Order: sequence, then C-alpha cells, then structure tokens
Amino acid sequence: MTAPPQHDPELLRRLLRAKDQMNAASHEEWPVPRLARVSGVSQAHFARSFKDAFGIPPHRYLLTRRIEKASTLLRETDRPIIDIAFETGWKSLGTFGRTFRDITGESPTELRARERAASHQPGQVPHCHVAAAFRPNLTIAVSEKRRLKADDKIPPE
Amino acid sequence: MSQGVSVVGLYVRDQEEALQFYVEKLGFQVHTDVKNGDYRWLTVQHPDQPSFQLGLFKPGPPVIDAATAQSVSEIVAKGAMPPLVLVVDDCRATYERFKARDVEFTQEPIDRFGTVDAGFRDPSGNGWKMIEARRAR
Repeated sequence: MTAPPQHDPELLRRLLRAKDQMNAASHEEWPVPRLARVSGVSQAHFARSFKDAFGIPPHRYLLTRRIEKASTLLRETDRPIIDIAFETGWKSLGTFGRTFRDITGESPTELRARERAASHQPGQVPHCHVAAAFRPNLTIAVSEKRRLKADDKIPPE
Repeated sequence: MSQGVSVVGLYVRDQEEALQFYVEKLGFQVHTDVKNGDYRWLTVQHPDQPSFQLGLFKPGPPVIDAATAQSVSEIVAKGAMPPLVLVVDDCRATYERFKARDVEFTQEPIDRFGTVDAGFRDPSGNGWKMIEARRAR
C-alpha cells in the first residue's frame, strides 16, 4: 500500500479560499487565472492542485454548486425556470436543462414537481447544511456520464 | 449546571495565531493557557457562556505522531472539519464588526426562514456559521 501524497497545509488553506469564493459567488465565471490568483498558485498548477486537494476539478465543483443552488430555488421559490437558470450562472436555458438532467437524472420541472409533492421542514438543521445534503455527487465528468448513459452503462449511485 | 459538555477542541495550525483570532477578533476570553514542554493546553470562552470552553489545540507529538499530525493538518486546511455554529443577537451588526477586524467571511449575511446567517473561517480553515438567534415572539 502506498502512502497518500503529502500536501502543504499552507497551500491547501489557500486552495480552500478558491473553493470558498466559488461557493460564495457560484453564478459568476471562474476561469483558472481568477482562481489561481485567489490561491496564489501558478495557473499551470492550479487545476491539478485543486483536484488533488478536493478530489474534483474546479470547473466540475462549480457545476455541482450551481446545480445545488438551482435545486434550492426550484424547491423553495415559484420563480420561472429561466430566471433560475440565469441567476445560477448559465448562459442559456438549453444548457442549464441539459446539464441539470445529466447530473441529477431529472429535469428542473420534474424536480420541482416531485419536491412540491413532498413537504419539507427545515427544522433544526442550519440551512447551508441542508443544502449541502442535496449537493449532487458528481464523481465523473458530465460528458462521461452522458456517454455512459448513451451506452446504457451508467454506474449505480 | 454540574453535568454536561465542558470542553470541545478545535485543531489549529498555530496556537498563537488562533489565540489572537478568537480573542482579539471574535471577543472570546482566555480560560486556560498552560505549557508543558512542546505541549500547550489552550482554551477560550465565549463571554456569555462560562460553562463551556473551546480548546485550541495544535496536532502533533507527543499526543499524536508526526505523520498523523500532518494528515490532520491537511484536513483542517481543506476545511473538512465538522461544522461550528456561533449564535449571535444581530448577525448583520456582528458581521460588520468582525469584517472590520479582517475576519475572513465565506458568506455574507443572508435572510433565511426568518433568521439571518453568515459564514466565516478561522485562520486554520475551521468553518463557522454565524446564526442570528430567533427572537421570542
């Protein structure tokens, strides 16, 4: 058994800052140069360092946060889906709907209908932790997921 | 109250830095600060909560071995330690006060379900939610 690679905690702390800033403004664009600047890491090393630290490439992480946020808005508001798409950072309704379905397995309309049928009580759990529980667990690239689905080889979740 | 939870510890990367953060920025008070060689038992208290101490501990020998300490330090720096919640009377006012002291906020105050919450991290990476107490109606 090989030992896991060691990472400099100071570097990890700075990478966490990039993750935090994506969380705080997931609707914004987060190209690598911007993220690298937040972390004080070279552009060449940023994506690899982020994936090593958090197990997911930065762009895919951003997608999961956008989907999480869109799901929350679908669940908790009556706002039109197109408004939710733009507010959560998508440039077109088509891309939003397709990505949403690829990641969650259902369309935004279906999620809204299903959540409406069940009633939810936020109760005693701080809201952000409730939201995190609904975050999609995106372990493979969206394009890969699409391909597997086309071949009918989607792995069980 | 004579029974209950008395101390809960956080792992921090530097006890001096943590002490400064929790005392000077957040307004906690030092409860115990005792050194024995490389080991330092350091706890702080919220001024309104005398029965509870928050421990600020640096992972390392002699309590845990160097390799384990390295893993723990990585976990803390990645923000993967469990959630912490600070209850305040006025989230927005506290946000402004902490912000002026350069506390690293990860989420600005947001109204949710009749209360307000914000998020910040300590220098080590421990993540706090700051939630406004619901007022009695």
